[in-house]
Amino acid sequence: MNRLTPPQIIDELKAATGDGLLESRITEWSEGLKGLTSHHIWVHVSREALRPAIQQIIRIHVPHLSVIAFGDTGSQVDLIYHLCIYWGIPKEEILISLTVSLDKTDLRIPTITDLIPGALTSEREKQEMLGIDIVDIPDDRRLFLPEDFPPGVFPWRKDETGVPDGMVKNLWATGRDGVATCAIPPEPPKPEPPPAAAGSTPPAP
Amino acid sequence: MKTINVKKPAGYTTSIGPAHPALKEPVMFALGLEGERIVKCDFVPGMAHRGIEWMGMRRNCIQVVYLAERICGLCGITHALSFCRAIEQIAQLQVSNRAHYIRTLVGEIERIHSHLLWAGVQAHELGFDSAFYYSLRIRENIMDLLEFLTGNRVHYAMIQIGGVRRDIVPDQFARIEASLRFYEDAFDRLSAIFLEDTTVQMRCRDCGVLTRKQALTLCPVGPTARASGIRKDVRVDTPYAAYADLDIAPVMPDQFTGETRGDVYDRIVVRLLEIKQSIRIIRDCLAHIPDGDLLAIPKPAVLLAKLKAAEGEAVGRHEAPRGEVMHYVRLTAGQEEPTAWKVKASSYSNYMSWIPMMEGDQVADIPVIAASIDPCISCTDRVALVRGTDRQIWTKDDLHRLSVEKTRRIQASISAGGNES
Repeated sequence: MNRLTPPQIIDELKAATGDGLLESRITEWSEGLKGLTSHHIWVHVSREALRPAIQQIIRIHVPHLSVIAFGDTGSQVDLIYHLCIYWGIPKEEILISLTVSLDKTDLRIPTITDLIPGALTSEREKQEMLGIDIVDIPDDRRLFLPEDFPPGVFPWRKDETGVPDGMVKNLWATGRDGVATCAIPPEPPKPEPPPAAAGSTPPAP
Repeated sequence: MKTINVKKPAGYTTSIGPAHPALKEPVMFALGLEGERIVKCDFVPGMAHRGIEWMGMRRNCIQVVYLAERICGLCGITHALSFCRAIEQIAQLQVSNRAHYIRTLVGEIERIHSHLLWAGVQAHELGFDSAFYYSLRIRENIMDLLEFLTGNRVHYAMIQIGGVRRDIVPDQFARIEASLRFYEDAFDRLSAIFLEDTTVQMRCRDCGVLTRKQALTLCPVGPTARASGIRKDVRVDTPYAAYADLDIAPVMPDQFTGETRGDVYDRIVVRLLEIKQSIRIIRDCLAHIPDGDLLAIPKPAVLLAKLKAAEGEAVGRHEAPRGEVMHYVRLTAGQEEPTAWKVKASSYSNYMSWIPMMEGDQVADIPVIAASIDPCISCTDRVALVRGTDRQIWTKDDLHRLSVEKTRRIQASISAGGNES
């Protein structure tokens, strides 16, 4: 097999996505006495360029999708598609991380399950945990969250749609009959309550 | 085919954040049946959801190391190591080679430990309870060894950001070697029980097949992938810690049987041979362990200050006993806690493979197939069967009884000199 170097892979992705490739970098890391270096390609692509980029990676080598990771940056949600290529060739595997930033006003992204069926688990998880709308996902049920989980709450989001305080159980407060089973941590200073806070405040334990 | 509606039991409110589907976790299957044959398989995980990532994003990085260890009882090294490797790449911390070797060594001891537990579970599901007791009994030796080296039988607290917390000194080598010799002897017996026994072969051959083509599309990892002919092993493909110095190759089923069928038997072969491989890796580590510091930054307060100033994103990976584990971490300067943390455990990748494995096989094969990807026998705790319009819940005990009865039928047919029809 004629293997591409990391810069060549970025060139291939650039050719496949055009202006959709916003940013790219290669990181290296080595461990052990022999100092073998592994390569990691980070590519930031636009939403429209995600599928062309993955199709191009499939043309290079059958990729193994590890997981779709996430990050909430405030006004945007980042999805990071981690794909391994050249697996099975000792010491030559390359990890490609495709980052797509989605504005919170428009959290839609096309499914990749037609390209990589194994992505379904990860895509279902992103829908329920982050409120992402995966367009054309073949199975849009919840995966990990129970059916009685309140709609509109997305546990990994760091804004008002995240987990409200009332849903958090503190371990120290879970003793029987309200008796704490371990030391109660000092109360952090409370910030000024926002005016006209939406929703009900939870009863004190 | 009638649509199967899977209804998750409701009634608890703690299911926040991603579950950590590593093992010992209840998973509900919904199976469509035609007679004894499974024609449709679906599963619902999430009953053991603890919101680990949610908690991690509200703690500082050193606290997260201990939290990560508690994702899974068996994989204490795995998750802590993956998380620490990600942090080390972001903060550019150089781990000494001695720490790399110690990490590799305890990681391989953990692999033997995990595979022995799996061997016991697999034997139990097959109906060989004597082999189950044997596996669990010989597993005590490695738990004692882990306690001897790390101070704990589970949750070893061995890995820290920038290195390891305890040294392994030459005085301890003899005890390790004694354990390795014990497991070399035990391997011969395990091999006779699992690999040469006619009943096991008849029970597991061509049962729960995952073809290479299916494995390429469904992205399984670890022994589940290797048994289907996918030569994927993070230790070999992207060497880290001391694996870069060692001469290892992925264990494939055809090394033993000469062919790859991707069935339960092949998964047994891969796991058992990996026990032998781990013994060799531990010996190599002991023979070549270099000198060096244990920790890059020994003082936690200094380490925390450095991590607070670090900014960036990285991925830490480790080949756990069940396959690739990946931690994606993002740190922001001026903030102690990770701004993003995604944990991908091995079984997370292997779940999808259950569907093609189960479909086409019999109800009595469910426990054997479920155990063959090494999740947990409690995964079969609640199985909803849809037979025509009847719907009934079969418990783990019912399924286990069915599985044992099938094994007994095969044994009876062997002693009668014929094959099961």
